[in-house]
Amino acid sequence: MVRNLKEKVMEIVFLIAALASIVAVALICIFLFQSGLPAMKEIGLADFLFGQEWRPGNNLFGIFPMIVGSIYVTAGAILIGVPIGLFMAVYLAMYCPAKVYKVLKPAVDLLAGIPSIVYGFFGMVVIVPAVRYFFNEVIDLNGKGDSILTASIVLGIMILPTIIGAAEPAIRAVPKMYYEGALALGADHERSTFSVVFPAAQSGILASVILGIGRAVGETMAVVMIAGNQPRMPQSILKGVRTMTANIVLEMGYATDLHREALIATGVVLFVFILIINLSFSALKRKGKY
Amino acid sequence: MKIAGRKPLSFVLRCFVYLSAALTVGALGFLIAYILIKGVPHLSLDLFAWEYTSDNCSMMPAIINTLEMTFLALLIAVPFGIGSAIYLVEYAKRGNKLVEVVRITTETLTGIPSIVYGLFGMLFFVNKLQWRLSIMAGACTLAIMVLPVIMRTTEEALIAVPDSYREGSFGLGAGKLRTVFQIVLPSAMPGILSGVILAVGRIVGETAALIYTAGTVAGVATDLFSSGRTLAIHMYCLSSEGMHIDQAYATAVVLLVVVIFINLLSSQIAKRVSKG
Repeated sequence: MVRNLKEKVMEIVFLIAALASIVAVALICIFLFQSGLPAMKEIGLADFLFGQEWRPGNNLFGIFPMIVGSIYVTAGAILIGVPIGLFMAVYLAMYCPAKVYKVLKPAVDLLAGIPSIVYGFFGMVVIVPAVRYFFNEVIDLNGKGDSILTASIVLGIMILPTIIGAAEPAIRAVPKMYYEGALALGADHERSTFSVVFPAAQSGILASVILGIGRAVGETMAVVMIAGNQPRMPQSILKGVRTMTANIVLEMGYATDLHREALIATGVVLFVFILIINLSFSALKRKGKY
Repeated sequence: MKIAGRKPLSFVLRCFVYLSAALTVGALGFLIAYILIKGVPHLSLDLFAWEYTSDNCSMMPAIINTLEMTFLALLIAVPFGIGSAIYLVEYAKRGNKLVEVVRITTETLTGIPSIVYGLFGMLFFVNKLQWRLSIMAGACTLAIMVLPVIMRTTEEALIAVPDSYREGSFGLGAGKLRTVFQIVLPSAMPGILSGVILAVGRIVGETAALIYTAGTVAGVATDLFSSGRTLAIHMYCLSSEGMHIDQAYATAVVLLVVVIFINLLSSQIAKRVSKG
């Protein structure tokens, strides 16, 4: 009897632990929406989402420049990170000898483990001056160092491990016989890899790209340190930009009243972005076998 | 390269593959080398003084706060993470709806950016529960953030334990609970441990989730409900003030070394798992 009771009690304890993640997600949704939605209503949803002026002093809260900023920076990161990441995943899965793999795999994991603040600092002391030098001294475009381009480069490096980590297993999961079949038909290694194995892994590869997008959209500290943070519509990739994440970090410290709520509402918009990205990721993952 | 002339596309693709590999490794190598070379000369005893002053910019208080924060966050996240994984793997029946929901919420938690965790922590722990900016609020926020990491690795480790172990234990008359604690958990321990170590890495490197939950006070937190900056925030403050770049380099070195050490440890343990 006592033993049965103990078994039952512990099962319930484990059940409660399992409910923790559900409770956490529910709490996050409730508190974000509860604090963010009233501000959106007060400012007006259209004015908030599509307003081009962000001047908290004048009660102008349009986050359109930040939304565009986040999209530009993410697009830039994808342009840089996806090709390199996917080719690297192909290298790890199809080219690399086992001995090299033993070294490279931990290296990629390490790339994922480096804190974003260190990436941001590295961007600030190396890539910002490099971009500034290149677009002023080498090509005179009057480019700023703190710019969309700089942020894209650093984010492109930061999403590499995310993309590689998800794409490499997807490529590996393609049955060996696909590759061997292609070889038997006379295709060389590259052709077999890129025309047969790579397309077979496409849903996993797409999922890895989506994961990379999520990482880039949500990145905060690295972007704050290198993107310039001007809250206006970006005119060129050599100009500064402010992302939604940066907006929150920069102003939350001193914001009050509606300004503060508008920042939380910015977080809500960001959260909805991420939820959409996450949903498409899980949908893809369930659909694709490899 | 022997048939480069005949199949130009293959040659180009091969070049891209090797180039990308070189770029990835090169970026990592350059970043680490640059930070170490520029940072190591600035490591001085002053930086490790017990008291923080605006002259020495000591990182010792930040290190102590980081340790405190890591310990607290793990104290909360590890029991929930492991308990949850035990339920999912050992107790839940196949086709259980709850399992599906937990899986979806865990995936959602994994994808949420740290700044959103920070906002939530500020709204809930700091304002609603009125803990103010404190180590406690920061640790709770981080605990939610690393929960999915611990859950997933524990789940994988539990699934990897062969069913014959469980059957053997049941066959000898042990109950479910005893089987879980004395047979399954010990054999899954290395896998769980490597997940916990990964979680430590995330906690140590986190900034955005902590700025508005744990705050940026430079001294050692006097108790759990007072504010204190961790090492990563310390580095952010130093580099954004712009006056202490040398100290920021040195702090980056410390952070980097900790992260490299954590990664090595985690992969060593994981390697032991795969060997059995």
